[in-house]
Amino acid sequence: MYIYSALRTAWLTFLHLFHGTETLQYPEQKPKLSPRYRGRIVLTRDPDGQERCVSCYLCAAVCPCDCIDLQKTSEPNKWVPEYFRINFSRCIFCGFCEEACPTSAIQLIPDFEMSEYSRQNLVYEKENLLIAGTGKVPDYNFYRVAGIGVFGKGMAANEAPPVDPRGLLP
Amino acid sequence: MTLLLSLLQSVLSLLGIVILAAFLTWVERRLLGFWQDRLGPNRVGWEGTLQVVADMIKIFFKEDWTPPFAEKKLFILAPVIVMATILLGFAIIPFTPGIGIAADLNIGVLFFLGMTSLSVYGVVLAGWASNSKFALLGGMRAAAQMISYEVFMGLALIGVVMLTGSFNMVDIVKAQAGLWFVVPQFFGFVLFLIAGIAEAHRLPFDLPEGENELGAGFHTEYSSMKFGMFFVGEYAGIVLISAMTVVLYFGGWKGPLLWPGLWFALKVSIFIAFFILLRAALPRPRYDQLMSYGWKLMLPLAIINLAITGAVMLAA
Repeated sequence: MYIYSALRTAWLTFLHLFHGTETLQYPEQKPKLSPRYRGRIVLTRDPDGQERCVSCYLCAAVCPCDCIDLQKTSEPNKWVPEYFRINFSRCIFCGFCEEACPTSAIQLIPDFEMSEYSRQNLVYEKENLLIAGTGKVPDYNFYRVAGIGVFGKGMAANEAPPVDPRGLLP
Repeated sequence: MTLLLSLLQSVLSLLGIVILAAFLTWVERRLLGFWQDRLGPNRVGWEGTLQVVADMIKIFFKEDWTPPFAEKKLFILAPVIVMATILLGFAIIPFTPGIGIAADLNIGVLFFLGMTSLSVYGVVLAGWASNSKFALLGGMRAAAQMISYEVFMGLALIGVVMLTGSFNMVDIVKAQAGLWFVVPQFFGFVLFLIAGIAEAHRLPFDLPEGENELGAGFHTEYSSMKFGMFFVGEYAGIVLISAMTVVLYFGGWKGPLLWPGLWFALKVSIFIAFFILLRAALPRPRYDQLMSYGWKLMLPLAIINLAITGAVMLAA
């Protein structure tokens, strides 16, 4: 019985010679990555071309490996990061920062080819992280719907007009 | 002049065998790759053929470290024994009618058995001289396994020797002119092949190495080219067992049309591929199973085979 099963295993293994291979010859053939693949982290801009990040520190707080470092500074009517630094030699690409971000500023994109010969080069500053576009969320603009940039009730996008309390009277 | 010629022949043969054994590391990795739906090393040189060169350069530049707790002389001697005995075993292989280092030796089969028995010393001494528990366990397993499988390897061979009436390897090949010995000695062939796998301690009988329970078994403490010699010795062992199988049971160099050497190489490479296929396919048995297969199944079968061969020869 053992002999039969051993020979059958050997024969089935031998047939794998004609099965073709699963290997992707990486540098020549690129893998197909889904759009939600968690790769390199970028900072996106809103549709007006302004930085989306409002320096709320939620990404830095949620980061399990403390690789995000930023400093808040104020501009008229809004907060912006003075510097924003991600140490990719520590980052584990868990995507928690993306989930925590209230303004969809920080996003993970399907790019993993970021090897460096020097560890120092893995520390990305804000100018390295910022991209020109809106990333995965094309038309969300934080300062149109919330934030100190919006003055007065009913002026933000998609906001219902304020309820007139007198209209509620019987 | 003849002395010089035979010296040249020996040196060339040994060089060829060592290079072939090193080359087999690449062949094995490629074949294992294909059998596991991968590609294996295919970057260095054409389809990865120069991988061997890269590996050799790498292994020569590794630190050759002798552990301070090791028995130094034996530690250095062990890989030499393994390599030397296996290379000496090739002396009695007749590659073609003309080529062969000492193929006409009248005790060829005995010489082969002696050399494979001696190679146990290399493994055991390696395990003992390393002075570490994993190496010792590996060496102990190797000793028990190789000695018990040696017994019925010898008994399986005797069938062929009885049919030929000679220990001479050239005579054995010549006796297979009409019919390869694999037909009348089929059980002998199966037993010899199994014993040969155990002798070369290849999967599924690689318990002396047993990398998932013993680190690397008897060569746990070895590094650089000392480890390389065990490694090349193992592959040379595969070639030796394959060559012996071909010579004893598959008519050696005999075959139509092609040059005898080519036939020999073809048959040997089929068996080498079979060895690698076994590695790709089979898991390793437990140690007590290995020993009980050896003593309770293989040994009685070998004796029965011997008895039947003798009875048939007497009746004929």
